[in-house]
Amino acid sequence: MTQSPMTPGIAANRLSQAEMAANFADIAPRFDRHEAMVAADRCYFCHDAPCMTACPTSIDIPLFIRQIATGTPEAAAKTIFAQNIMGGMCARVCPTETLCEEVCVREVAEGKPVEIGRLQRFATDTLMDKGIHPFTRAAPSGKRVAVVGAGPAGLSCAHRLALHGHEVTVFERRPKPGGLNEYGIAAYKSADDFAAREVDWLLKIGGITIRPGALGSDISLAALEADHDAVFLGIGLGGVNALTIPGADLPHVRNAVDFIAELRQCDKSALPVGRDVVVIGGGMTAVDAAVQSKLLGAQTVTMVYRRTKDKMSASLYEQDHATAAGVKIIYGAAPKAITPAGVEFAYETGETFVLPADQVFKAIGQTLTLPPIAKDGAKLARRSGKVWAGGDCAAGGEDLTVTAVAQGRDAAEEINAVLVGAVG
Amino acid sequence: MANLTSNFIGIKSPNPFWLASAPPTDKAYNVERAYEAGWGGVVWKTLGSEGPPIVNVSGPRYGAIWGADRRLLGLNNIELITDRPLQVNLDEIKMVKRKWRDRALVISLMVPCDEESWKDILARIEDTEADGVELNFGCPHGMAERGMGSAVGQVPEYIEMVTRWVKQYSRMPCIVKLTPNITSILPPAVAANRGGADAVSLINTIKSITNVDLDAFSPFPMIDGKGSHGGYCGPAVKPIALNMVAEIARHRETRGLPISGIGGVTTWRDAAEFMALGAGNVQVCTAAMTYGFKIVQEMISGLSEYLDAKDMALSDLIGRAVPNFVEWQDLNLNYVTKARIDPDLCISCGRCFAACEDTSHQAIAMSPDRVFTVKDEECVACNLCVDVCPVEQCITMVELPKGSVDPRTGRTVGDYANWTTHPNNPAVAAE
Repeated sequence: MTQSPMTPGIAANRLSQAEMAANFADIAPRFDRHEAMVAADRCYFCHDAPCMTACPTSIDIPLFIRQIATGTPEAAAKTIFAQNIMGGMCARVCPTETLCEEVCVREVAEGKPVEIGRLQRFATDTLMDKGIHPFTRAAPSGKRVAVVGAGPAGLSCAHRLALHGHEVTVFERRPKPGGLNEYGIAAYKSADDFAAREVDWLLKIGGITIRPGALGSDISLAALEADHDAVFLGIGLGGVNALTIPGADLPHVRNAVDFIAELRQCDKSALPVGRDVVVIGGGMTAVDAAVQSKLLGAQTVTMVYRRTKDKMSASLYEQDHATAAGVKIIYGAAPKAITPAGVEFAYETGETFVLPADQVFKAIGQTLTLPPIAKDGAKLARRSGKVWAGGDCAAGGEDLTVTAVAQGRDAAEEINAVLVGAVG
Repeated sequence: MANLTSNFIGIKSPNPFWLASAPPTDKAYNVERAYEAGWGGVVWKTLGSEGPPIVNVSGPRYGAIWGADRRLLGLNNIELITDRPLQVNLDEIKMVKRKWRDRALVISLMVPCDEESWKDILARIEDTEADGVELNFGCPHGMAERGMGSAVGQVPEYIEMVTRWVKQYSRMPCIVKLTPNITSILPPAVAANRGGADAVSLINTIKSITNVDLDAFSPFPMIDGKGSHGGYCGPAVKPIALNMVAEIARHRETRGLPISGIGGVTTWRDAAEFMALGAGNVQVCTAAMTYGFKIVQEMISGLSEYLDAKDMALSDLIGRAVPNFVEWQDLNLNYVTKARIDPDLCISCGRCFAACEDTSHQAIAMSPDRVFTVKDEECVACNLCVDVCPVEQCITMVELPKGSVDPRTGRTVGDYANWTTHPNNPAVAAE
């Protein structure tokens, strides 16, 4: 190791291999059987359970926890997958603290919810590790559906369509399927190549072909509509909001999403990171970029958000996670200018300060880029004729993996109903 | 701090907490550890006749049932009486009793059902200076197949006969330990009383199979693919034991017969309940086997706090609930309560709703924002909601005052009246 956290500028290899491996290890390792039994026992098996209502995919949480508690995690996994085929990834990345666990009655009673996310992971990992795919495809329907984007929305839709016997072709512009599961998300939440393993497992349903291709350049929506009985768009948000301040185009300024994507795909020791890193933004992308910069060996990492703590789209849990990792968060300051040496910010009062920065990450939101279908950044309608849309690119719901899975699944059910002639 | 000193049929101990005859009292090492921890007395694990030592299985002796949190609720065993040579036990008993004069030490006995056997064993223990004997007429497994234990306890005539022999050949206080594996506990208790027993102790364990191994298809505890019934004990049997103790305590022929209460005593509260229903002291086994001897310290402090708070002496507690243990026909049918849910304590789990709606009287309403309220016009006060609620005191039963109208029946709450005078009672109508 020739570099250290103190090395000025942007440098790779700031930490030893061992430190790097420890930093990017699974953040919340799977429960062992005993831990799962203890955690499962805390569930009260509520009537019309609030957790289930809070889950965008409406997983029957009390039932799957009871199945774990009675020694049948495989049955629990089937309960989960029946509602959410990416229940494995959602168990890792869902902000459960603002969904199921936030409304758990034991959170109300004791400030300590049943650990639903980790129990879900215990169940799904148990079944997936056995290589079992618990669904069987219906007889071929003869109908063909195109799905654009192999992210959570597209794959969820594709799986449900394939389940109903339809022939599905998924077009993906990136080298690997998985979307943000593969190219977004902090590495320590999807350790051991889980995103890719999950896709392989999901495809065991059969009837799904993944082809390279980007909408707009390689393929046209009109051609897809002409060649298929239905089209599903799950293309995510390809663009990033522009930062229009002096110095925003300097070479040490980078989009956080690109940094995160590169980090997911490369040897982390080889990934250069600044000594003093400044992240502009207050969402999950900002947190993931900031925390991972720290884990790569940056000496100081500061997240600066222009509004107040409670307005931040990253949850309090995520903010705590960031500060625990050594990230400093400054609230209520907007960026004014970037120089090769640092970033100038101003509070609402007009007071200014400068943070030294070898590297600056922009994480101020993503936009839909799909001319001419998407105009002015507006999101897509969930259905327009024989074209459905879901996930981050579609209107409605939060930009969460679990929401994308739900929308993909629901679109597939609608498409199926249309294709089998049940509805128009 | 309340005085917990106990005098049970003349046997004194610093507190009313004894260890029951069982594995924890099999040898000097365990018994001394128990005394060091604070136990008031022990009943030494059952001795048999002189001869080749008893043989135990070398596979699992215990089976169990657990709550979902794996808290042990019931234990079952197929262990027999002591498998150590008689003289070893006698020597250790003598040594321990001399060393621990202030503690109770009672010897449990089980020998074949003939006069010579009993006469002989009583002579053998005479020299130990033990405080008394307990006749094991209770163990339901193993020894019963050889005509001992519960095989004796299930025949009142045998109980009376053996008790007489014991009183005839020994000066020691005699406790007769009863088996619950009978249809009524009263004939065995009456028989012990007639035979001259100084006290009865109950319950011994209940014939049981705790579970079935679903791979080997054998009852458990499983010995080489086979299982035999064991004796069941622990918190799960407490309700059965309480009822049997109370039946003896109130029965006209056994009223006043001292009772040593046994069966799932786990905390001071359990002990106090047994004593309130007539037990002069309690014996504990499963709780000690689950948590170790130290639990007696909680029992001592808890009972002491309780007695102080109630300004009661220990003797005031014994039997205090017995007059309130009545037959169903004596219950007040004009006592009307309604469930009340405290919205401040409610955590909105909805278990009361599910239980009432699915399995009871549809007497709980649920609002869209998960507020649960009782419908008095439907509530029969069954108490199921109280029993399934995870929050203690969140749901309580509130008595309707006399003179008010029960919205369910439309009837005014009146004075005490029971089934014996109820117009729907055919026996009343016939008069």
